[in-house]
Amino acid sequence: MRNKFIEVLVEEAKKNDKIILIIGDLGYNVVEPFQEEFPDRFFNAGICEQNMASMAAGLSSEGFHVFIYSIANFPTFRCAEQLRNDIGYHNLNVTVVSVGGGLSYGNLGYSHHAVQDLGLIRLFPEFKILAPGDPNEADGCMQNLFISKGPSYLRLKKAGEVNYNKKTNILEPGIWNKVLDSKNKKIFLTTSGGLKLAFNKLNSNKKYENYGIYSCPIWGQKYKNLQQSQIDNFEEIISVEDHLADGGFGSWLRESIVDLSSHEKLKNMALNNNIIGAVGSEEYLLKKGGF
Amino acid sequence: MNSHLLSKEIRKLSLEMVHNSNASHIGSALSMVDILSVLYNSILNYDSNNPNWEERDKLILSKGHSCVSLYAVLGLKNFFDIDLLKTYGKNGSNFMNHISHKVPGVEFSTGSLGHGLPYATGIALGNKLKGLESKVYVILGDGELAEGSNWEALLFASHHKLSNLVIIIDNNNLQSLTTVDETLNLESYREKFEAFRCNVVNLDGHDHKELVVAFSSKNLTSKPLVVIAKTTKGKGVSFMENQVKWHYKSPNIEELSIAIKEINNA
Repeated sequence: MRNKFIEVLVEEAKKNDKIILIIGDLGYNVVEPFQEEFPDRFFNAGICEQNMASMAAGLSSEGFHVFIYSIANFPTFRCAEQLRNDIGYHNLNVTVVSVGGGLSYGNLGYSHHAVQDLGLIRLFPEFKILAPGDPNEADGCMQNLFISKGPSYLRLKKAGEVNYNKKTNILEPGIWNKVLDSKNKKIFLTTSGGLKLAFNKLNSNKKYENYGIYSCPIWGQKYKNLQQSQIDNFEEIISVEDHLADGGFGSWLRESIVDLSSHEKLKNMALNNNIIGAVGSEEYLLKKGGF
Repeated sequence: MNSHLLSKEIRKLSLEMVHNSNASHIGSALSMVDILSVLYNSILNYDSNNPNWEERDKLILSKGHSCVSLYAVLGLKNFFDIDLLKTYGKNGSNFMNHISHKVPGVEFSTGSLGHGLPYATGIALGNKLKGLESKVYVILGDGELAEGSNWEALLFASHHKLSNLVIIIDNNNLQSLTTVDETLNLESYREKFEAFRCNVVNLDGHDHKELVVAFSSKNLTSKPLVVIAKTTKGKGVSFMENQVKWHYKSPNIEELSIAIKEINNA
């Protein structure tokens, strides 16, 4: 997914000379194509996430679309106030990119588990969240970024993900993306790594054989009002995410409900707190976390 | 209006704003008045009729709590109807008690310390990439230098040779509870900034001639310029000078009257 990100960014930067990439001293063997193609528009900010975020805001105020790139919690929690005050409040065209969403860096320990990031970014009203579940969705999210302005958070997984979407669909903020048709008006609704988890559920349990799978890769505070009418189209919705339950996607979806009876048909599948402090492969941790 | 007269007007308007809204931070606002007066009178390139003119010089106020003196100079320089200053701190006003970018002429909202210099660094980089000659000035408090984000930005600014960046330290040596020296001693400022590969000038932050020389001299180096301006907190009002309590207290009507009289007679 991170390679798709760089590939698409390079292509767009050929057409748009206002795109700048700043890394926080991470991205070895990923960011080089951009660095080689656009050496004047590539900066390594060093291990300084607070400066990276505020500086991106200042740079963006000069008309640039700035991508700041790091991993796990470094470009979010480490500089949360810079995202809130400098990028968000000033409504600047900065995309915060984090690689390793969820438990992608499972063996690296709690510092590298991005399982509360969506909860943080959700708090900032100006931010659009882009949380693709496969490389094709990552492409679709990037295309949406290029035609819009304002603060955004791109949550990538890592590398080697399979494509569940057959092609790159046009993705609209807050609108669900059909990945697998439902035969019984019951669906899994996913964001980020939830897409893979939903397919695993569906493929491993006959109970779900008629369920469909939809994703909601682009969401955030601004798009809550688009949810109720989509919820109304289904009899059962199971939200799936590789994030802690508190403050996550399922929680956002539940908060968006206007017709209170919809609560009964919504179920949330998210990580439980057993993963806090646990170390192991992503697969191992997901199991420990309830999947 | 020369810069000395401008300073007097800024001081009086600042005091009135703080009195009217029973606000804090008048000491911090008064300490940087002369710096603002010189910058807006003869140094910065701007067009108050077109505050977003792309080639303007920019001033970022990192010590956002000192906002009244910046609001005052912007009003005096016709960025907006000066009567709007009467709304400072009132319900529904854009003139909030920390500097607000919703006010014409204000580039960036601050209030949490340690944000202005990194943001200004981004502007300086942007100007360099666009090939603009414009400069970006950022005013920081001395106590504020304890925020680590400032030193992150300095590393970047000097590494990338951002000589279009002017960092002004309002060195009044007073912070929230006591002196900077007694809180977290930052001396030697000069040695610290030189160690971060900046060009450093020490001066009297109330001496307009010294300020003009420092700001108008061409920076022949490839380094960011740091101006360490020795100032007095509460400058211009004798009973406020160097008193911690005027970080918080708002002048009552009698104190306001005495202060205005003192400024008029100075």
